[in-house]
Amino acid sequence: MKKKIDQQKYEILNIDYTMYKTIIPDKFKNKQKWEIPDNRKIRAFIPGTILKITVKEGQSVKAGTKLCILDAMKMKNRLATPVAGKVKSINVKEGQVVSKNEILFEIE
Amino acid sequence: MSLKQKIRELQKKREEVIQGGGEKALEKQAAQGKLTARARIISLLDKDSFQEYDMFVEHEARDFEMDKVTLAGDGVITGTGRIYGAPVCIFAQDFTVAGGSLGLMHARKITKIMDHAMKMRVPLIGINDSGGARVQEGVNSLAGYGEIFFRNTIASGVIPQISVILGPCAGGAVYSPALTDFVFVVEKISKMFITGPEVIKTVLGEEISMEDLGGARIHSQITGNAHFYSESEEECFEQIKKLITYIPWNNSRKARPFPAKNPRKEFRIDEIIPDDPKLPYDVKDVIMALTDNSDFFEIQEQWAANVVIGFGRLSGVTIGFVANQPMFMAGVLDVDSSDKAARFIRYCDAFDIPIVTLVDIPGYLPGIDQEHAGVIRHGAKLLYAYSEATVPKITVVLRKAYGGGYIAMNSRHLRADFVFAWPSAEIAVMGPEGAANIIFRKEITSAENPDEMRKLKIKEYKEKFANPYVAAAKGYVDSVIEPLETRNCILHALDVSLTKTVERPQKKHGIPPF
Repeated sequence: MKKKIDQQKYEILNIDYTMYKTIIPDKFKNKQKWEIPDNRKIRAFIPGTILKITVKEGQSVKAGTKLCILDAMKMKNRLATPVAGKVKSINVKEGQVVSKNEILFEIE
Repeated sequence: MSLKQKIRELQKKREEVIQGGGEKALEKQAAQGKLTARARIISLLDKDSFQEYDMFVEHEARDFEMDKVTLAGDGVITGTGRIYGAPVCIFAQDFTVAGGSLGLMHARKITKIMDHAMKMRVPLIGINDSGGARVQEGVNSLAGYGEIFFRNTIASGVIPQISVILGPCAGGAVYSPALTDFVFVVEKISKMFITGPEVIKTVLGEEISMEDLGGARIHSQITGNAHFYSESEEECFEQIKKLITYIPWNNSRKARPFPAKNPRKEFRIDEIIPDDPKLPYDVKDVIMALTDNSDFFEIQEQWAANVVIGFGRLSGVTIGFVANQPMFMAGVLDVDSSDKAARFIRYCDAFDIPIVTLVDIPGYLPGIDQEHAGVIRHGAKLLYAYSEATVPKITVVLRKAYGGGYIAMNSRHLRADFVFAWPSAEIAVMGPEGAANIIFRKEITSAENPDEMRKLKIKEYKEKFANPYVAAAKGYVDSVIEPLETRNCILHALDVSLTKTVERPQKKHGIPPF
């Protein structure tokens, strides 16, 4: 019993200011650091294909303006900007296949 | 035709059905390392105990030229038998017949044996090995699945339901195992997912193999959908047989009593816990130092390993154990471990199995990801499960029991029947270091030598609060005991609890934080 314990790889885990010696799985060590969400970066909420881009770079947009149509799950998904501003950059082309969370547009 | 000829005709018909999908299909099944459906049933059940029913059921589909197709037993084998003498109802899908796909009559055979299991109040075992819905039968296949899921739900908590995934179990089909009590998976053979790799690739453009998407290891380690993992079908059947010996036939019977045995001498219960509360140990050693013959049948071993659940026996009676595991993630409670423990507690409560809880918890796992994953909602499940359970509940506080963790791990307040604590127990609102940073912050920061003041305050707090006596003085702990007294104390407590009867306010059912 003791031998099994001594052979384990232990690391230090801080729980409420107390340091415990224990096994920590990779899943915990590799977890993504949380970033303050920036809703000026318009990301794809689902993988799919950009069917049509409905704005131009430099264009002024209001909150709710349609930016593009994203073809996914047999639906033509309407992507709109949650904020008003100017289209800073368009990072995709019509027909391009995008992955989830890929940044498609930036609004400034 | 004479009677003798008619009997020979029957025997011939039986042999045809036993051939399943034919020689080629049988070879393919063997090539994948999979046993045939019948071989699995024979292997699992007691010798010569299997009685097959509905052998000659035929499908009635006519679309897509189905009228020209004969399917032996419509792709599933159903019947009754015994495991170590306990009666069971069993069905096993036959992958060699139309890929084990589910059509209306296939589903009827399954629901018939499920109805039988409910009527006779005996365990139901389902061996899943199917390509899914039989597309040619259209909505009839969906209707078939729906009828099965409904019965799984109604039977839940009345009879034990066991699912064995010995092949693909995809799409809608996978909801039946999800509704059952225990899911068994086998390395490289089990595959469970809602949407398969091909669809994921076409629709989403993400590539992944069947094994990585929903293989045995994924469900044993990541999703928590599987309860028992094995590396061969034979090993799996041994696990199922073992489980059957621990659980009752139905919710109005007790599990089969075994002759009482002492724990094995190599487990010295007073030598397991290190003196330093920050050092780890394997709580399973404590469990094995308590159970009969030190046997412990662990459930969901590889998932949420910071909490340990499983069955053991005390004086021959099946007991459900829940314990924090200090060796893994310091034994904290988090989203997955709360789910794991809560569901097991409800299983034990449904089937009248007393619960023994071993406590050594520093708190809940802090973190943005935990909060955003809903540790509040999931943690609440554990509180709900313990509070609601009316089976005898016994708690032993081994070491730390800080803050919310103290409450959640079957404290007296959630109506544990007997709460014992070891002299090493530290029942406090927080650990000494946390106390120093929070309660004594002003004194420390305004002191001449903050470091010295900090050390002093930690020492003071430790001496005053990091022990079981404060809680014992208030009656929150029933008895402070020596480790060597533990098994005896639990046995006596269980002895007195056999006739426990609790009244609860009338209600259809509560609304647990699902």
